[in-house]
Amino acid sequence: MSAPSTGGASRDGYGSGLLRIAEDPRVVVIEADLGKSTKSCHFRTKYPSKSFSMGIAEQNMMLVAAGMAASGKIPFASTFAIFTERAFEQIRNGIARPGLTVHICGSHGGIHTGTDGSSAQSIEDLAIYRTIPGMAVLHPCDDLSAEELTVQLLNHDGPTYMRTARNKIGRIYDHDSVRELKIGRGSIIRRGNDVCIIACGVMVSQALVAADELADSGIDAAVIDMHTLKPLDTELVDSMAKLCGCFVTAEDHSVIGGLGGALAEHLSTGITAPLEMVGVRDEFGQSGESAELMLKMGLTSEDIKNSALKAISRKSG
Amino acid sequence: MNSGREHPRASIEELEEMSRRCRINIVKMTHEAGAGHPGGSLSAIDLMVGLYGHDFLRIDTDDADWEDRDRFIMSKGHASPAVYSILNEIGYLSEDDLMSFRTLGSVCQGHVDMKWTKGVDFSAGSLGMGLSFGLGCSLAAKMDGSNRTIWVMVGDGEIQEGEVWEAAMAADFHSAGNLKLIVDRNGIQNDDFVNVQMEVGDVASKFSSFGWEVIEIDGHSMQEILKALDMAKSIIHAPCVIVAKTVKGKGVSFMEGNPEFHGKAPNDNELRIALEELS
Repeated sequence: MSAPSTGGASRDGYGSGLLRIAEDPRVVVIEADLGKSTKSCHFRTKYPSKSFSMGIAEQNMMLVAAGMAASGKIPFASTFAIFTERAFEQIRNGIARPGLTVHICGSHGGIHTGTDGSSAQSIEDLAIYRTIPGMAVLHPCDDLSAEELTVQLLNHDGPTYMRTARNKIGRIYDHDSVRELKIGRGSIIRRGNDVCIIACGVMVSQALVAADELADSGIDAAVIDMHTLKPLDTELVDSMAKLCGCFVTAEDHSVIGGLGGALAEHLSTGITAPLEMVGVRDEFGQSGESAELMLKMGLTSEDIKNSALKAISRKSG
Repeated sequence: MNSGREHPRASIEELEEMSRRCRINIVKMTHEAGAGHPGGSLSAIDLMVGLYGHDFLRIDTDDADWEDRDRFIMSKGHASPAVYSILNEIGYLSEDDLMSFRTLGSVCQGHVDMKWTKGVDFSAGSLGMGLSFGLGCSLAAKMDGSNRTIWVMVGDGEIQEGEVWEAAMAADFHSAGNLKLIVDRNGIQNDDFVNVQMEVGDVASKFSSFGWEVIEIDGHSMQEILKALDMAKSIIHAPCVIVAKTVKGKGVSFMEGNPEFHGKAPNDNELRIALEELS
């Protein structure tokens, strides 16, 4: 599919998505002093009576959201990804356990966050929320897909966590192709049958670069945007296993428990296929420009390419 | 309790009798389960009887899910026997349900859980969360233009949790006049007395400095309870807290003021003595 070269950050898409569903009387926005960062601020400006500031108090914010959900509202609560984790137990016990529909958005996920340093770079959020029963986990790759998935959350029952990224990246989707997205269904961005690269977030664009470079070597790589990590689109994974016979996952997140972990869990119980993981290797980030950090920590298109070659070499026969 | 209609209010004697029946069920169900938290249930029960038994709580006994009902949020969810004994009084739970407490598949889960039990408005068990949840219910009610009231109960040990104070600050900021908190100030928590573990001090002053209206009462005087609930309901300009001085294990001599019975069920002999005292 053709992709426009410019776009916003996925957090901008969250802000735009909220505006598109704002007229639904059930929709409320809850913030913990970071609405300007998560981009729920646009909703707050336009719909102040449906917006609630909880101050810098994430634990309270999550349970306020739960109380509103139990009273017929559809709350969208956001802060930095890392600060949602401060309220992990509130999310687990107060939101997910009773099955309340609260949509949590954690922005500034991953080392791509950059110069703020490791305290702001959540590299474990996707893993921890995947462990909560009944909780859907999303991580869109650009602004348009983040907007589309945010709009779709309006009709999603049950708690969700969506991670967005801080920095602007090139768009993967255009206004037409983005409409084909569906929560829980992986999106085939590029077709290929030698190796399947499954990516999420900012690593989808890196995967496309890697696929282009692999093509120069005569290797036909498929690229999937796995914007929903849970529930994982196992049907698509299985079909790609048959077609390609090996996988690379690419995520701006720890390889422990995130997209790579999700693939490994699935592949070890059904159709088996070699899997190589590109992601953060059990270490914290540091201050630096996004590109510098991605290079230093092994999250580039080059890393994906090398992993693809390794995965192909591991294929039996 | 009511269904939106006027009911004759229960007399003090009738409410005290209801408390006595609830106390009997609290000790019986914890004995049957061989586990549970009788102490904090017995300290809270008079306050809850005042709330449910004297129609302060606007619910529909024929329709537990009535959207515009008042909410009761038991944040100290380990006091589940108190909640279940009240829900038995209003007909939501049977005696058999009570005696299935803590067993596999029971509607009477160890800690109160809205997913499992008709008439339970909050899934508790982890302390410090109920007031925040109540604030969410309060803000939703205000958005809906509803006059429903949100009642929350916490323990005094529980207010050591920082989230309680996050919620207290936010409730004042958002002028949650429909939010009422009851602090069961029984002075004992899991390991020991509150003043040994972490003294919470002048609870009334603390809430007052957070912008709350404060009422202090004896949490076992039904007369004072009814007066306080009435006063709390009439306050609509700010959130209101009733700080109720109570006795852990109230009504059973060997449990009163005894930290051991925070989370321990009576054995056969202790049950026999307790039932004698409560009869």
